[in-house]
Amino acid sequence: MAQGFHIVVCGSLVPDPLQTLEPIQSPTGPALKNEMMLPAVLDPWAAHALYEAANLAKKTGGDSKVWLVSLGPKAKLQQLMMTMAQKAAFELVAIDGSSSGFTDSAEVAQTLAGAIEKIPGLDKSRLLVFGGCSSASRDAGATIQLIGEHLGITDQFLAVDEFTVQNDGSFKILERVEAGQYQVSVCSALPIAIGWATGNLPEPPNNPQIGMVNMRTIMPALQKAQAAKVGAEGVTFASVKLPQQQRQTKIVKDVPVDEIARDIVEWIKS
Amino acid sequence: METILYIAHTESNGSLSKASMETLTAASDLAKKLAGATFVAGLIGENVQSAVNAVSNCGASKFYAVEGADFGSSRYASDVAALEILIRTANATIVLASSTSRFCRAMPGVAYRLKGLIDTHVSGFETGSGKLEIQRWYYRQRMVASMSRTQRPWLLLVDSGIYPAFQAQTGSATLQKIDMKLDESKKKTKVVGLQAPQTTAQTIRPDAALLFVAGAGWTKKQADGQIHIKDAERIILDFLNSSNASLGSSKSLVDQGSEGEEVLPFLSHLNQVGQTGSTPRHPKGLAACCHGEEPHTVGWRFINERRAVNLDPNCGWAQGKADVLYVADAFQVMTKVTELLTKK
Ligand SMILES: Cc1cc2nc3c(=O)[nH]c(=O)nc-3n(C[C@H](O)[C@H](O)[C@H](O)COP(=O)(O)OP(=O)(O)OC[C@H]3O[C@@H](n4cnc5c(N)ncnc54)[C@H](O)[C@@H]3O)c2cc1C
Repeated sequence: MAQGFHIVVCGSLVPDPLQTLEPIQSPTGPALKNEMMLPAVLDPWAAHALYEAANLAKKTGGDSKVWLVSLGPKAKLQQLMMTMAQKAAFELVAIDGSSSGFTDSAEVAQTLAGAIEKIPGLDKSRLLVFGGCSSASRDAGATIQLIGEHLGITDQFLAVDEFTVQNDGSFKILERVEAGQYQVSVCSALPIAIGWATGNLPEPPNNPQIGMVNMRTIMPALQKAQAAKVGAEGVTFASVKLPQQQRQTKIVKDVPVDEIARDIVEWIKS
Repeated sequence: METILYIAHTESNGSLSKASMETLTAASDLAKKLAGATFVAGLIGENVQSAVNAVSNCGASKFYAVEGADFGSSRYASDVAALEILIRTANATIVLASSTSRFCRAMPGVAYRLKGLIDTHVSGFETGSGKLEIQRWYYRQRMVASMSRTQRPWLLLVDSGIYPAFQAQTGSATLQKIDMKLDESKKKTKVVGLQAPQTTAQTIRPDAALLFVAGAGWTKKQADGQIHIKDAERIILDFLNSSNASLGSSKSLVDQGSEGEEVLPFLSHLNQVGQTGSTPRHPKGLAACCHGEEPHTVGWRFINERRAVNLDPNCGWAQGKADVLYVADAFQVMTKVTELLTKK
């Protein structure tokens, strides 16, 4: 294919899932304790979207290209890029602003869509907008659809595990639906917006060569990152609390298997 | 004064799903609690009359509908168009719908077109102050917030498993049908059908009383230095058959498939519970050969009673994540459990 895809992946940083998180009140609303200090990762479902995008671009060839559009505090984005740059080939579009889960998806989408509109040479007739089906911060599952609307994309799919280009040029999409099933759809033309679930690809190994190529564009992108104000206008948070999570675990040890099994069966049936 | 619109879509057999019936309970409760609120309902689907008749006792003063073959399947372009016109016609200020895959996909776009705002995964409502406050979780079930908004329309997708299903009494209701023609540009996508994942057993049962989570330990070397995949497969499937539990998995176990290791053939990413998996709602959960690390256990937020079987007395479950941890060999324990369950 001489004419490749233009794939824009939207994704930003979230606290490493292994971290303990604690909410605090800040002058601008709820926030996380030590938010700027917390180790961060690329939002996991957005990371799957990025791997799928890179794989699709590579498979398709031609002039296919992947952009990663990321809204987050510039210094933290820079740290994140140190690891992400080696995972997949992409051009970074950075926007300097909050990556808090307490921002509103509508404001985030408006900012991201604005940045996408400004990508030089982006061709909407071969555009795929990718992102995670939900973030590990706000977990709204709404941002990709809102970006799609801003860009006039009316074919959208959520919680996708598979996207295939068919022989007739149409696209087959598998979306997760209820009861562990997939809805299979066929879309005849681009542009398409996709919120990815885990997809089918493992995390790619680090590739220092890709990292070096990426870094050439990442640093300038970070330098020219525009500041954006994103929050949650009109929202009043009455409270943000940690749930009563800790249980008093009873540890049953050195007890015969038969006894444990009986106890479990009794509990299942109760 | 608020106008509360409850929206549902019909299933392929023309009925309303359990999740939709639960949200109907939430909507009719809310309408009673918010002073002066008007309560109306709207449905989309191929043919919605029988579904509307089934809930005609819900207290809605009007039933709007967009129906026809074009609205029978779950497709973004047609759904957004239908939902937009439904909400506009009803002049709704607050919209409640359930978090079905269909509405999760479409509702954000509807909010955009109406210049409204949306909140998803709503898990509770408060009206004590005379205005609506919702509850929802942040950071993948790590913290819970109560919040309100001033903007309208406010679209809310309510999670399932929170409200009891509405007790329907079949009657008859007059439908206010909204005529809608779908132009070809909204039919670029065709829904072909449903497909089960490429695995050999249907193991995900959302309505099951018990969630059984299998962890990577099932595929690890055991005390004899060997891997026992075939035994693991048989033990897990036998237990699922005898208990009717729904099968969940840790990420490590389902990832083995894409990393080319020997795997349990009936597991896919759809079984994964946790940070990047699902957050199912079942009254009870039992984990075996799973370590109980935080990225996994955040998916257990809505499992009330939790037990685990693990060889390691210091595993995550022991750190306040389960009610009971049995320190034992899961191969032996689960074999015995199934034996007891199947014994008449
Ligand atoms: C970004 C990110 C996202 C993640 N998302 C998720 C997610 O959504 N879901 C998820 O599950 N994880 C997730 N993880 C991974 C998570 O941190 C853990 O690595 C994973 O849950 C471990 O899986 P496990 O407990 O099955 O495997 P292991 O950690 O390998 O544990 C195996 C357990 O089996 C026990 N065992 C072995 N043999 C037996 C036996 N015979 N009887 C009893 N016990 C036995 C062992 O004692 C051990 O505790 C995520 C991680 C990251 C970084």
